[in-house]
Amino acid sequence: MNWSVITPLIVMIVIIFIIGYWSSRKVVSSDKGFLQEYFLGGRELGGFVLAMTMVATYGSASSFLGGPGTAYTVGFGWILLAMAQVVTGYFVLMVLGKKFAILARKYNSITLVDFLKTRYNSPVVVILSALSIIIFLFSAMAAQWIGGARLVESLTGMSYNTALFVFAISVVVYVIVGGFRAVAVTDAVQGGVMVIGTLILLIAVIIAGGGIPNIMADLVAENPNFVTPFGEDGSLTKAYVSSFWILVGVGVVGLPQIAVRAMSYKNSTSMHRALIIGTIVTGIIMLNMHLIGVFARPILPGIEIGDKVIPLISMEVLPAWLAGIVLAAPMAAIMSTVDSLLILVSSTVVKDVYLNYVKPDASVQNIKRVSFAVTAILGIIVYFLAFNPPELLIFLNLFAFGGLEAAFIWPMILGLYWKYSNKYGAILSMIVGIVSYISIHFYNQVNGELFGVHTVTVPIVLSFVAFIAGSLLIKREAFDYEMKIEGELSR
Amino acid sequence: MKPLNKTQDWRFKVAHREAWIGVGLALFNFIWWYGFAYGLGSKPVEEYTYVFGLPAWFFYSCVLGFIVISILTIVIVKFWFVDVPFDEEGDQR
Repeated sequence: MNWSVITPLIVMIVIIFIIGYWSSRKVVSSDKGFLQEYFLGGRELGGFVLAMTMVATYGSASSFLGGPGTAYTVGFGWILLAMAQVVTGYFVLMVLGKKFAILARKYNSITLVDFLKTRYNSPVVVILSALSIIIFLFSAMAAQWIGGARLVESLTGMSYNTALFVFAISVVVYVIVGGFRAVAVTDAVQGGVMVIGTLILLIAVIIAGGGIPNIMADLVAENPNFVTPFGEDGSLTKAYVSSFWILVGVGVVGLPQIAVRAMSYKNSTSMHRALIIGTIVTGIIMLNMHLIGVFARPILPGIEIGDKVIPLISMEVLPAWLAGIVLAAPMAAIMSTVDSLLILVSSTVVKDVYLNYVKPDASVQNIKRVSFAVTAILGIIVYFLAFNPPELLIFLNLFAFGGLEAAFIWPMILGLYWKYSNKYGAILSMIVGIVSYISIHFYNQVNGELFGVHTVTVPIVLSFVAFIAGSLLIKREAFDYEMKIEGELSR
Repeated sequence: MKPLNKTQDWRFKVAHREAWIGVGLALFNFIWWYGFAYGLGSKPVEEYTYVFGLPAWFFYSCVLGFIVISILTIVIVKFWFVDVPFDEEGDQR
């Protein structure tokens, strides 16, 4: 066991437990109703925490291990692609923005599905969206757990099963105890760890490589394509790289775990601050992490497995104790993604399924018990699935990101801004989005990328057409955004 | 409790304008990113120039581009974004 690396990780987990405990006292003492407090943090997030929780939720294992690993193999072309993510920092909050915040409060929506339910007034929309959130995000969550456990395993030398246990316990306990507020506050701490960790590592890598011009010369000497935008073998086309602006850029608006954060902030001042902080933090993290990946190449050539680039380069260029602190960053990224997904899936089960269809008249006491129990049970199921991940899970995870974007982006955006949006458009759009995403995924596997762009592109266009067609052709009717909602009492 | 419809119109108008600003900024961001990356990066590698040691296309597209977008975001938010109350009764807290 490598204690100099384990100690910083343990310190981080302890800090997270303390935050979870502190946040739990807020849940008990809040006067705003349990559901709103537990699943939305009482809509009280300030600018800094809001920005950090969005960045941290979004920046998952892929930004910290997979992304830099690919940059190591592909070169600067991959950093170019990754920088498309800076747009998420401002775009999500500007576009969902104030309209979503105002309507979500007016409708008393706790979840994204709640909002869609009031906007479209259709059980089919509720069931379709709740199902896709539960199925896709559950698999995404399991995949992240596996990644988290593998990381703990490789850093500490624990066995996979022990690592999984440590990882699972630390996430589940603070999510159950602290709810959304604990998740958001720990995300803020973890976001801070990511920014500082990546900065330290980038500087250390540049020094170890003998300065940037030196590293460039080494890269050009090995393969000049590394410093072009077209990838190591020239295969990154303009169209392909640009299509990532949809997948990891503007399309992120449609991800439920991101959208739900756009209804959790306190006031427009926090939203404005979050816009600025989110953009800067996303940019710094993405730029640093991927530059580290490329710069690591001349220092440590010949790494075969991309995910290992960051752990190996940290151990190489930093003293052990500092490497431990820096490596807490990818750990933080995975934990913060997992906790957000867990609370979101749990809120979907409790609020959108249980309270809508199983027991609409549940008492506050009952809701509390069910919320804690559902979160715990979900945690335990994921834990057992991650022991020996079934094929189906890995399969579903492939669609989690792009599939959810294709399903939700238009019902969200057009539902907010276009008064003729109706339930027929929304239902058609979701079905067309998911079905075409899965079909094109298989088509691309056999034939290469359709039109040379990422899988997500065509389904986003098709679901848009389906939405407009459905809304205009079937029972066209203007929606009244000023409509009064009698609303359910906040519980 | 019941706000005038006029008040809500006002808030929605602000929201719509800011959403369009978001779309505009993203478009500008994309054009900047694309223009510098492929405008300067399509040359043969031997003709590349370097800024702070980084390939010029990358520096202008990703590093300077990121700085420009951050500054634009700050300016836009400070000068064009309007504070609005979210609650029906106005923001009490």
